[in-house]
Amino acid sequence: MKKIKIALSGNPNSGKSTIFNALTGARQHIANYPGVTVEKKSGWVSHKGYNIEVVDLPGTYSLTAYSLEEIVARDFLIKEKPDVVVDIVDASNLDRNLYLTVQFKELGVPLVIALNMVDVASQRGIIVNKDSLSSLLGVPVVPTVARSNQGIQDLLDKIIEVVENGYEWRRDVISYGRDIDQGLRAIEEIIRKSGSYDKIYSPWWLALKCLEGDEQVRKLIRQDEETGRQIEEICNRIYKHTMDTLEEEPEGVIADHRYGYIAGITRKAVKRKIESRLNVSDRVDRILTNRAVGPFIMLLILYLIYEFTFWGSEAPVGWFEAFFGWLKGLVSTIIPAGLLNSLIVSGIIDGVGGVVGFVPLIMFMFFAIAIMEDTGYMARIAFMLDRLLRWFGLHGNSVMALLISGGISGGCAVPGVMATRTLKDPKERIATLLVVPFMNCGAKLPLFGMLIGAFFVRSKANMMFVFTLLSWAFALFAAKVIRVTVLRGPTTPFVMELPPYRVPTLKGLLIHTWERTWQYIKKAGTIILVISIILWAMMTFPVLSKEERRKFEEKRQELKTGFLKVPGIRNIVKDSAGLDRLDELFSRYVSLKEKAGPEVEKLDKSPLLPLIKEAYKVSKKSGAAEVKAGEGAFSGIAIAYLRYREEARKINNLEQQQRLRRTIAGRIGQMLQKITRPIGFDYRVNVALLGGFAAKEVIVSTLGTAYSLGELNPEQSEVLSSRLQKDPNWSPLLAFTLIVFSMLYVPCFATVVMIKRESSWKWAGFSIVFNLVAAYVISLAVYNTGLALGVGLAR
Amino acid sequence: MARKKTIPMRQMSDNQSGVIKKVSAVGDMGRRIREMGLVPDTPIQIQGRAPLKDPVAIKVRDFILTLRNREADHILVEVEEPD
Repeated sequence: MKKIKIALSGNPNSGKSTIFNALTGARQHIANYPGVTVEKKSGWVSHKGYNIEVVDLPGTYSLTAYSLEEIVARDFLIKEKPDVVVDIVDASNLDRNLYLTVQFKELGVPLVIALNMVDVASQRGIIVNKDSLSSLLGVPVVPTVARSNQGIQDLLDKIIEVVENGYEWRRDVISYGRDIDQGLRAIEEIIRKSGSYDKIYSPWWLALKCLEGDEQVRKLIRQDEETGRQIEEICNRIYKHTMDTLEEEPEGVIADHRYGYIAGITRKAVKRKIESRLNVSDRVDRILTNRAVGPFIMLLILYLIYEFTFWGSEAPVGWFEAFFGWLKGLVSTIIPAGLLNSLIVSGIIDGVGGVVGFVPLIMFMFFAIAIMEDTGYMARIAFMLDRLLRWFGLHGNSVMALLISGGISGGCAVPGVMATRTLKDPKERIATLLVVPFMNCGAKLPLFGMLIGAFFVRSKANMMFVFTLLSWAFALFAAKVIRVTVLRGPTTPFVMELPPYRVPTLKGLLIHTWERTWQYIKKAGTIILVISIILWAMMTFPVLSKEERRKFEEKRQELKTGFLKVPGIRNIVKDSAGLDRLDELFSRYVSLKEKAGPEVEKLDKSPLLPLIKEAYKVSKKSGAAEVKAGEGAFSGIAIAYLRYREEARKINNLEQQQRLRRTIAGRIGQMLQKITRPIGFDYRVNVALLGGFAAKEVIVSTLGTAYSLGELNPEQSEVLSSRLQKDPNWSPLLAFTLIVFSMLYVPCFATVVMIKRESSWKWAGFSIVFNLVAAYVISLAVYNTGLALGVGLAR
Repeated sequence: MARKKTIPMRQMSDNQSGVIKKVSAVGDMGRRIREMGLVPDTPIQIQGRAPLKDPVAIKVRDFILTLRNREADHILVEVEEPD
């Protein structure tokens, strides 16, 4: 098998990724180009005895040195010299797509044009004569409709044909007007003679780039001082000349001539039927981007996505929770209670399970976002919101990163930070990636849900909406602060295409959804696993001394002995071991009863059941008077038993609390109390927030442990909820403050790592400090305003 | 006969058509504008504006392009003046 390498290139929205998927199927590999954050997708396909490596270059409109994608694309072409470059050209938008084609011809690469979306073009009355286009451009042209796999085999045939016929890299000459052409020839000559010319680039192309003012090429030329000086002189002369005569930079003149050349070709190769003035896409836009109703439709769509996500993911999230619950049960039966059990259950399963458990939620959200992207609606949202976002120093395109991170509630900041790659300007990009962690990602929602359930029962849905709005307000405000202080600078141009509305392909949607979801899952498998174990250790060690544990054990024994003296009890429970068995059965009975399962019957055989049933009945009644009226013979014993249980729980709580205070995390939490007192947080909240640095999901489970509920999983969050409700230190105001604080404070560890990857350690560190300070200051304001006004103190 | 006059793109009204006469933007902005096909002698039509009246969406060479008013200021368009 002969091996060849081809590159796919083309404008954004030309159907490039659809062609890539059609060519390579599932055999894809995603990496980054060396040293930069631009994604490099490659795949393989076999055809007619050739093993073809397909590299998907970033979608670009041009090949200048002013955006990372364009530099990456042209460097790849020049340095790796692919055997064929497949230029995907959107037939329904021929002129602008050919602008890139012309630049490929200037570079001299071996080209094959995939004339894509010929069906859309003909629907719009644009008929492209492929033979005439091919002969005018001097490039083979293959018509394709990638969505329905049409023309893909022809394209492969043509690629092989070009390879077999042999191809020499050669440039095609277009005229850019007399002045520029003369300058080009002069510079070309100088480069050819220069000693430093490395023969990698064609001298003519280098000359053209010099005249275009291309910084990357100029730097290359300046390596040889004399050559650099001579060329600079010519460039300056021509610059002055075109400015004097045409009032345009040479770069502008060159662009004008390229489009002139294209116009000459399309005039001959394209026939237009008289098109109805508005095509379907334009008509849809009349409504969806209408100045009056557009924003309302947008809000409605975002609301529907919110509903869809939570409706769709409810069941699968439940399955995941059930699965991890089962897994924990399984581990507990295999490994006896102790440190190893605790490490696996509380450290690993809780930590990783907490993250993985939200995969369905995240997936549904990303699926909805993929629909918005692939239909072209996302670009409209950017268009409608650009003016607003610009006021805060962001860019219309920032909206995508904000939505992915949880702008509608329930996303993830890790792919959100990655989505900032679509922003060209580094300042706008960094400002955006610094504020995306403020959005309400899926991991924060259980905490919000738990606190809302405890303190804002009457306005559940409203509160969630309030917190969504708050997170946007904070993010935008923070962006403004960042953009007028550390990242001051002008906003970049917003020259953006609104792609025509398209019906997305399922395959494309699934690939999009999966890529982002995978980002989220990866964090569970790697970073979260390590951090969970570290946090578990911090919350476990040092353990209580033997002496202390013995004291608690003695207290428990004392209590048991006391209970066993209750008259009549000996008939049912003989000794301490029997009591333990009663406890276990009672717990099982309660949990089965609560689930209303018929399995209660399974316990029937136990002689303890009548007492358990009675105790359960009593525990459900409120007043003691009622209990006395109860007819069962066990009433007295049942009451005594419940009292015993309550006392035992208190002792366990005390032990648990003492244990937690003693651990490293507990000590840090207590130290931090000095700082967090003014915002109402005690050491237990501090420990939970510390845990939240690993992943926000951990906050709820840690709070549960800290409030001594033993092994708490999300399923039991209602228990925590009612526990906090009864706690005299808690109030709606404190709950509100905690929600605001956890909304803003440090991004989770995975996000910090991602911010570092997309910018630098400096900005990752900045985001930790900045967010902490912002969270503290705002929480301080919220809590103390509340206290001063007496709002939210009563339950 | 309607008279022709040249005005900056910002001043064009919705749905108004015209032909680009001059692009005075330089540097990065000029490059972006030109590579998207806004060069002299290109016909364009205003499609609409965003809710806050900025950016503007225009139809050019079979596609819709959006740009901010600040950028539209640098593009001079010859339009027919209504009587």
